[in-house]
Amino acid sequence: MYPSRFGYESPRALDEAIELLTRGQGEAKILAGGQSLIPMLKLRFASPEMLVDINNLPGLSHLTVDPDGSLRVGALCRHSQLERAAALAGPFPTIAAAAPLVADPIVRNRGTLVGSICHADPQGDWAAVAIALGASVVAQGPSGRRRIPVADFVSGPFQNVLAYDEVAVEVVFPAAAGTAAGGYLKLERRVGDFATAGVAVGLERSGSVVTRAGMALTGVGGATIDASGAAQALVGGELTADRIARAAEGAAAAAKPRSDHRGSAAYKRHIVHTFVTRILTRVADDVERAA
Amino acid sequence: MTALDEIKIGGLGASRRRVEDNRFIRGKGNYVDDIVLPGMLHMEILRSPVAHARIVSIDTSKAWAIPGVRLVLTGEMMAKRNLAWMPTLSYDTQAVLATDKVRFQGQEVACVIADDPYIAKDACEAIVVEYETLPVVVNPEQALATDAPLIRDDKENQQDNVVFDWEVGDAAGTDRAFAQADLVSKIELHYPRSHPSPIECCGSIADFDRSTSKLTVYMTTQAPHIIRAAVSLVAELPEHMIRIVSPDIGGGFGNKVPVYPGYVMSILASILLERPVKWIEDKTGNLISTGFGRDVYLRGEMALRKDGKILGVRMHTLSDHGAFFADAQPSKFKIGLMHSAFAAYDIPAAHLLARGVYTNKAPGGVAYRCSFRVTEAMFFQERMVQAAADDLGMDQAEFRRVNFVRDDDFPHRTAFGFLTDSGQYGKCLDVGLEAIGYADFQERKKEAAARGRLLGIGISTMTEPLGAGNSREYDILGIKMFDSAELRVHMTGKALLRTGAKTQGQGHETTWAQIVAHELGLPAEDVVVEEGDTDTAPFGMGTYASRSTPVAGAAVAMVARKIRAKARKLAAHLLEVSEEDVEWELGRFYVRSAPNRGVTIQECAAAAYSNMPDGMEPGLENVAYYDPPNLTWPFACYIATVEVDPQTGVWDVLNFVAVDDCGVRINPMIVEGQIMGGLTEAYAMASMQFITYDAEGNCVGSNYMDYLLPTAWETPGFELHEVVTPCPHHPIGAKGIGECATVGGPAAFVNAVMDALKGFGVRNIDMPMLPDRVHEAITTGRDVSGHPPVRQDD
Ligand SMILES: Cc1cc2nc3c(=O)[nH]c(=O)nc-3n(C[C@H](O)[C@H](O)[C@H](O)COP(=O)(O)OP(=O)(O)OC[C@H]3O[C@@H](n4cnc5c(N)ncnc54)[C@H](O)[C@@H]3O)c2cc1C
Repeated sequence: MYPSRFGYESPRALDEAIELLTRGQGEAKILAGGQSLIPMLKLRFASPEMLVDINNLPGLSHLTVDPDGSLRVGALCRHSQLERAAALAGPFPTIAAAAPLVADPIVRNRGTLVGSICHADPQGDWAAVAIALGASVVAQGPSGRRRIPVADFVSGPFQNVLAYDEVAVEVVFPAAAGTAAGGYLKLERRVGDFATAGVAVGLERSGSVVTRAGMALTGVGGATIDASGAAQALVGGELTADRIARAAEGAAAAAKPRSDHRGSAAYKRHIVHTFVTRILTRVADDVERAA
Repeated sequence: MTALDEIKIGGLGASRRRVEDNRFIRGKGNYVDDIVLPGMLHMEILRSPVAHARIVSIDTSKAWAIPGVRLVLTGEMMAKRNLAWMPTLSYDTQAVLATDKVRFQGQEVACVIADDPYIAKDACEAIVVEYETLPVVVNPEQALATDAPLIRDDKENQQDNVVFDWEVGDAAGTDRAFAQADLVSKIELHYPRSHPSPIECCGSIADFDRSTSKLTVYMTTQAPHIIRAAVSLVAELPEHMIRIVSPDIGGGFGNKVPVYPGYVMSILASILLERPVKWIEDKTGNLISTGFGRDVYLRGEMALRKDGKILGVRMHTLSDHGAFFADAQPSKFKIGLMHSAFAAYDIPAAHLLARGVYTNKAPGGVAYRCSFRVTEAMFFQERMVQAAADDLGMDQAEFRRVNFVRDDDFPHRTAFGFLTDSGQYGKCLDVGLEAIGYADFQERKKEAAARGRLLGIGISTMTEPLGAGNSREYDILGIKMFDSAELRVHMTGKALLRTGAKTQGQGHETTWAQIVAHELGLPAEDVVVEEGDTDTAPFGMGTYASRSTPVAGAAVAMVARKIRAKARKLAAHLLEVSEEDVEWELGRFYVRSAPNRGVTIQECAAAAYSNMPDGMEPGLENVAYYDPPNLTWPFACYIATVEVDPQTGVWDVLNFVAVDDCGVRINPMIVEGQIMGGLTEAYAMASMQFITYDAEGNCVGSNYMDYLLPTAWETPGFELHEVVTPCPHHPIGAKGIGECATVGGPAAFVNAVMDALKGFGVRNIDMPMLPDRVHEAITTGRDVSGHPPVRQDD
């Protein structure tokens, strides 16, 4: 691989990293797992003057559940850590379902959830999961920290709202009130392929009644699609076949897919419909079994 | 004294570990990119971003201005040296660097030679090319339209985009067969463009030494001697002043047979600069510009009798060759060995009409792991056979059995004129049906259907022609397709073997030694194998089309027999008896009347240097050139069972059984590896792999995110079985095996999915059977064509 010439810094402290970014005036780029950035450099789609490698920063590898039940995922927490965290299945079933479907095992050993969300690829799996679960990015810059809901964080394809001197230090997933439910389904042509279409559903329920519902779609639009509007059909009642059908239809209508070599637009829309139905039907079955 | 145990010495039938793996797994392989020569410069190629355009101007001044840039070459400069165009392996011409216009996306437009590859790449970006775009042709339909732009306006007599029209078989006889038919069955399909995609891309290091006038080129080539001849022609250098060295190769699959512009440019650059020039192609360059596979539209029909007998076959092929007809194939045939189709079936009459066209796509239809287009032939054959069985309402296995060439009918002349010589087709089918549980599966399928699940079973049976020559019919650019081996037995009984073939992962270093072990009783580990250096290896046509074991492997056996014949004379001398009284057993000569009196082959070797009889030429070396009397005809029966999810169109393989009859197996482990790899590629083509072009001629599939190679995670397991029918003419009874699975495998998967969809009235889904295509077939009940290759937006 022969990228354009670039400088390289490997700071040992977060302040130092922010300092380097500030000096870079927008010409410096953060290198986390490198699984998206390195291919961009190789293809010369990105030609930053400087790479600020954050892999040596301390205290960013965490995958922590706080006392209030919220989950904090550090900027250096790898996809594989999420995949292996068996304890997530109960409180964060959507994350547990998505982790083994992101990329392939080799990429999962390096790539990070935070990096994936910063990269804002419309076909990235984590942004959909984060939006469905109402997660936020915690960003740190010269003037301190701020918290940005992921739904507002991604500003377009491959674009986010971070200032050039800010580092996303973690993503926080709020704790579910009541029982968490949901899932992630992805259609791919092969392991390691980006999604032909993906659906993330995050629910909170009290007994058999859904109290909160979030939904987002991968790979069926110019950016990750927040389909939480369609998910509102589920809130306030049981997961009946009728409600499931309305949510599925709403999600399919929210999708804005394009025809390409992965499949036709109509087919992708159909897959969204099918996957929403499958995730919700499985949850409904689980609820029924538990009752 | 007891005879040597052949398996213990690593002879025929031993699953000996591959000796080459020792260096590969230690990271000690020696690939072109590992070679560093003193003073070496680096070359990068600037490629066309557009598919069809007139070149208005090329401004290289900014590139020349970058420090470290040594040379910038353009088509104009090549033209001054008469090197802007080069001959292809199919008697066409191909641009080395574009002069007049570019004809496909990715075509070579300029190149830069610099102190390091980073500088060369920067300088390529600094070259300013002005293009005036022209209408683009991306498929045969557009190529043949009356108002189609003329792609090859460089060729004097070219009025249209037709490359060739070609015909084989008996048209009148086939017409008569169709007139007698009770039923005519038809099918039409597209075998999509794929790419052999070896992990190592192409590359070369040209090193011209002015003081000796000798040109040495290290390059990724499957056929070093052909390249030497081609370089001699193109560069007008005498052959004895050219040395081609093909070091370790990271996969070839046919991709590394042709001569590519990058090789030629690196050679010219080295001559001009008098320094070694290295060119290493990147993955995108490899995928968008080098030899692809397939891209053929096939249609045909079969004349059938009510009882299931096939009376005749008609085939039409319309092949897309891209911008230059650079197919690597024997010169006698325009569409490879397409007419080997239906060789396994006893069919009285057949006719094939073939037409090839130019398009604005990459050139170089290579045999992607097949013996010259037999992949398309066998795929069409097995899809046609299934359609015919369905139309007749006959069981697909039974239909095959009724029409197979029978064991006692060999040698058999096929309707297209090939001579098949051996096989047990019915037995292979039986082994396969038994292994997959054919009878039970039909029951399971019915039960599953009752519960709304779609199961299917697909069979693919075929024999294919592997191992070209013979030299009467097979040549490339006039050079006959024989091969060679040279064996030197040292005085200690250790040996050096060289052949004209070139291993790229097939394991020649292991298996050739096993053939020597079988013939001479030398332990395989005492034989070192070298290939790929034209200054040392005997002349050969290289490795592709599964020809190594049938041709070079046969030469190895023959040269070993020559050595044995001389050793016998030495043995007689040592044993002080006449040659007629000497008997051979593995590794040892003995006196017929006194079996305890004997000498080992090693003792004979020592005598060749230290104690030869008066008048005998010293030494124990020889060379054999082998011209095979016929192709070899392995047989394969592949059976897949699948389950299709009707809601999504996703299909999963439940079981896969492979029965291969490749004659005598030299190293069963390596044979199984070849079959596993081939089936993996077959699965890839059936399920995910294709290179397409959008309406502007942009290549979709220019990197591994778009062009998919299957991984261990989704590739199904394969259950392997064997039947052995020795090849009647090969010295050790072996047949080719490197490509059977790639050739025969895809139809098994497609037939299985089509079987699952039988109730939907669908006859064909073009590969790759992506879920959306399967789903479309289920929901519409119509065939799904891969053409046009890329969907336009809804
Ligand atoms: C073969 C392959 C297959 C893949 N398949 C999938 C898939 O199926 N699904 C999927 O979702 N993804 C897939 N990916 C992408 C993968 O998930 C990446 O790991 C992820 O998108 C980026 O994470 P990273 O840590 O590697 O980020 P990097 O590549 O290091 O960075 C990506 C971008 O984010 C910025 N960035 C990274 N971290 C921060 C931070 N802390 N603060 C601010 N900016 C930051 C970088 O500057 C850069 O612009 C695949 C990648 C490969 C190579």
